[in-house]
Amino acid sequence: MRSFTYLSAPDVETAVRTIATEPNAKFLGGGTNLVDLMREDIEQPDVVVDITRLPLTGIEDLPGGGLRIGALVRNSRLAAHASVRTRYPVLAQAVLNGASAQLRNMATVGGNLLQRTRCLYFYDGAAACNKRAPGSGCAAIDGFARNAGVLGVSDHCIATHPSDMAVALAALDAVVEVESTRGVRRLPLTELHLLPGSTPQVETALAADELITAVELPALPVAANSRYRKVRDRASYAFALVSVAAAMEVEDGVVTDVRVALGGVSAKPWRAHEAERILLGAPATEESFLRAAAAELAPAAARPDNTFKIELAQRTIVATLRRLRTDGSAA
Amino acid sequence: MTTTLPATETAGPVVGRPIDRVDGTAKTTGAARFSAEYPLPDLAHAALVHSTISRGRITAIGTEAAAAVPGVVAVLTHLNAPPLKPAPKVSPLDLSTLASGTSVDYLNTDEVHWDGQPVAVVVADTLDAAREAAGLVTVTYETRPSTVDFAAEEKNAKPQKSTLIMSGAAKKGDAEAALAAAPVSLDLRFTTPTHHHNAIEPHATTAAWDGDRLTVHDGTQSIDWVRTHLALRFGVPAANVRVIAPFVGGGFGGKGMVWPGTILAALAARATGRPVRLMLTREGVYRTVGGRTPSTQRVALGAGTDGRLTALIHTSVTRTGRVGGGPEQVTSQSKHLYAAENILVRQNLVELDLIPNTSMRAPGESIGTYALEASIDELAYRVGVDPIELRMRNEPAVNPIDGKKFAHRMLREAYAQGAERFGWADRTPEPGSMRDGRWLVGMGVASAYHPSWQFTASVTVRLSVDGTVLVRCGFQEMGMGGATAQAQIAADALGVPFEAVRVEYGDSTLPVSPGAGGSMQTASIANSLLAACEKLKRELAALAKRSGSAGLSPAAILAEAGVPSVEAAVGSDTRFGRKAGQLKFMAKFVRDQRRWMKAACGAQFCEVRVDPDTGEVRVSRWVGVFDVGRVINAKTASSQLRGGIVMGIGMALAEETLVDPRTGRIMNPSLAEYHVPVHADIPPIGVGYLDDPDPTMPLGLIGVGEVGITGVAGAIANAVHHATGKRIYDLPITLDKLL
Repeated sequence: MRSFTYLSAPDVETAVRTIATEPNAKFLGGGTNLVDLMREDIEQPDVVVDITRLPLTGIEDLPGGGLRIGALVRNSRLAAHASVRTRYPVLAQAVLNGASAQLRNMATVGGNLLQRTRCLYFYDGAAACNKRAPGSGCAAIDGFARNAGVLGVSDHCIATHPSDMAVALAALDAVVEVESTRGVRRLPLTELHLLPGSTPQVETALAADELITAVELPALPVAANSRYRKVRDRASYAFALVSVAAAMEVEDGVVTDVRVALGGVSAKPWRAHEAERILLGAPATEESFLRAAAAELAPAAARPDNTFKIELAQRTIVATLRRLRTDGSAA
Repeated sequence: MTTTLPATETAGPVVGRPIDRVDGTAKTTGAARFSAEYPLPDLAHAALVHSTISRGRITAIGTEAAAAVPGVVAVLTHLNAPPLKPAPKVSPLDLSTLASGTSVDYLNTDEVHWDGQPVAVVVADTLDAAREAAGLVTVTYETRPSTVDFAAEEKNAKPQKSTLIMSGAAKKGDAEAALAAAPVSLDLRFTTPTHHHNAIEPHATTAAWDGDRLTVHDGTQSIDWVRTHLALRFGVPAANVRVIAPFVGGGFGGKGMVWPGTILAALAARATGRPVRLMLTREGVYRTVGGRTPSTQRVALGAGTDGRLTALIHTSVTRTGRVGGGPEQVTSQSKHLYAAENILVRQNLVELDLIPNTSMRAPGESIGTYALEASIDELAYRVGVDPIELRMRNEPAVNPIDGKKFAHRMLREAYAQGAERFGWADRTPEPGSMRDGRWLVGMGVASAYHPSWQFTASVTVRLSVDGTVLVRCGFQEMGMGGATAQAQIAADALGVPFEAVRVEYGDSTLPVSPGAGGSMQTASIANSLLAACEKLKRELAALAKRSGSAGLSPAAILAEAGVPSVEAAVGSDTRFGRKAGQLKFMAKFVRDQRRWMKAACGAQFCEVRVDPDTGEVRVSRWVGVFDVGRVINAKTASSQLRGGIVMGIGMALAEETLVDPRTGRIMNPSLAEYHVPVHADIPPIGVGYLDDPDPTMPLGLIGVGEVGITGVAGAIANAVHHATGKRIYDLPITLDKLL
């Protein structure tokens, strides 16, 4: 870890003003990813602005039935919140499937969204990585790529976003609130993360001086029947090979509302619009589920190490929808 | 020391009882000190810089930025490091010559022999400064061609030469001809990847020189080897080196030899004139300590339609490093487990430009039993015989390869007890025939097997007039419960209460103990300890006779005689005495080898659940029943066996060191990316043993450190086959192989 200057911001205004004036500064939330990356010399900020004293720790009901979640809400608190558990169970499940209890006690909502890829070559300073060292190449493409993506990948980068929480938020039509010295703006969560293209070092739509202050969930009746299914190499404390966040409403055997998002397959939490389009209005049958899953994965491109993800993602979508159909009819 | 257990409240023998470990309180309260926890005055901290190429020369090394970091004391490279003497040649008469992890002259050469080799050491006032500065050292290399891809180089493997302690090949009859003629035959190929030990305590050394005298606190499995090796490398008499290692946070073989960290800590202390602590990062452990070799294995079986084996062929390819490492006895169990008329085993080796491999829990048998036992299970299906019944039909009366007598063999009884406890009779043999809700359920068995060994150990025992007993022996407590077991043995041998015995260990100033390896430490020390207790009792008897106090308690005899204490010693630690001891050991070893086949064995039973949608495998039940002779401490022995099974579950389902075949660089040197099992992966594990003494071993005990991991991957592979109908030939059994 390199030496750095530590600052603590008392309010949002100071935090965004400080970050705007420091060319190589980072916000520090729970530190569960940033500090690791600093220890590995992958992140080398000159200034670290601690934002954990900012008043962004509330979870509040919004008029109209939505929920506003402060960016500094700890993951464990989010997962335990009664409204989250009953109105958006997929979100509580996703959070609880991530990391460990200790990490969830530290990690924040905003930091979770901005965590960086777990690609082995991104983590190794001796390897070529266009994300870490733009223009150096991508050692993962012909290397160990078990955890690499299959959707929206490019010749420059095949890394995945590791968050579980973000996958649930993508399925729930979440909106991210962002603040800077220029003011406040809002963007859909599905537009926060960017696909790699030829600039994999640019990971989000945020400017360097913007701070995530909150995430808002709209009122979403379908979310009451929702699930998160994470598939991984051991029972706990492993990143997703593939994950599915889904919500579905079925009336008279027909899908009347549905949300599906995928994790572990792309540089962003992957909202499965194509699958949703096929499912909406279709009979809630195995056949429809299979068709929707196949259509979503049709554009997938894999490496030898992660070819299985294309099949696994489809199977996991089908299994999750099947389960939601059963749960929904029981409710 | 706890005295609250009922086990110690009642009088009578304590051997066999589940007594709490004597070091338990020290460990749970944090009082036990590990190698990186000794606060020496003026202590400096060291950090390593690792090479990023697998073979070549250092042409330039930039240390200015590192040296400029506040607090940095020295940046040591091959250009300014103190000299180091070369690693010793291996001699069968001095087993400590086996201690070199590699043959490299660290920081005394510009040559690079593996990706990760230490090429510089930064010493600083604080650990943070040392690590920051290490990241600022720049190294320029001239790379040379290297071979690092095991899968590609495997075809160039050469037959392994046989040594006194390990044969490279063995045969009985003509196995290939018998295979060709067999009514039923199979010929299978298996692979296993590189593994790492991942002890919870990363390797650490605290080293301090006082003139020509060196004291090191080192997390080692082998106190005497560290002492001898450091003395040799630094050109000082062995008597000048003191090694202190009472507690070691796990080793599993990874702390059996002397790796660069230990040597470089002492080198840095010598160069800077300050005590130096070098605590490896987890990445540092992967880059500078060898792991388990990968393997490819062929198992071919020929049998009659009744499943009786006529041919058993097991061959392997493993790798070593160009600068060290050794063969691995992958085919060892295949000479002993089945009564085939014709047997052929052969081990082959290929040298690569990678960090040398080293021993890891049951080197050889852990991965060898996977291939053999999966093949036996496959044969059971081919001939339509229950897998346990098939094994019983092939259970030998004498050692199959050479007809030697078994010193002890209760595999039949282990299977019988295990099957009863596990409920094997409820299993329906058809693959895919058992379900629990959406889960596919599978049950599998496999045999466990590990040879039993015994080395020489020096021990002293002193009985004092206050009735206390002091046992002294320089072993280390690595979690196995060695001090507790030896105290139990001494208590019974001398007829004193367990609480009266204190064991002093963990220091090279004590009588020399063999290291922890090969599951032989407890038996080796017990052998000498029992002899020392007999000597002591003879002295006591003589005293009693003289003072007319025969029949009194040991303490009363001393009091009557007016003697404060008596002491007996076994083994000599003088140079001549050690040589004589080694010779004696070799003679006994060879004699035993001719006469007996000595081993631990057991039966592993497991149940797995496989998700039919995703291929995820979860182990849901486990029972292991072991033939390990007499059990000294039912609690610590069970822990060891259970720990072996946990490690085996990791090997079967998740563990794999990713060595990039393009560069030879380990790409997952972290516990986040190298997956050992988490608690949620481990079911309740039932451990049983037959507790029948082996008449050829001291007290009838057989070591339990390694046999627990053997057979585990085989049992899981067999259960997965039972659940899904798919036989997996390549570890780990990850879900993609089951889709």
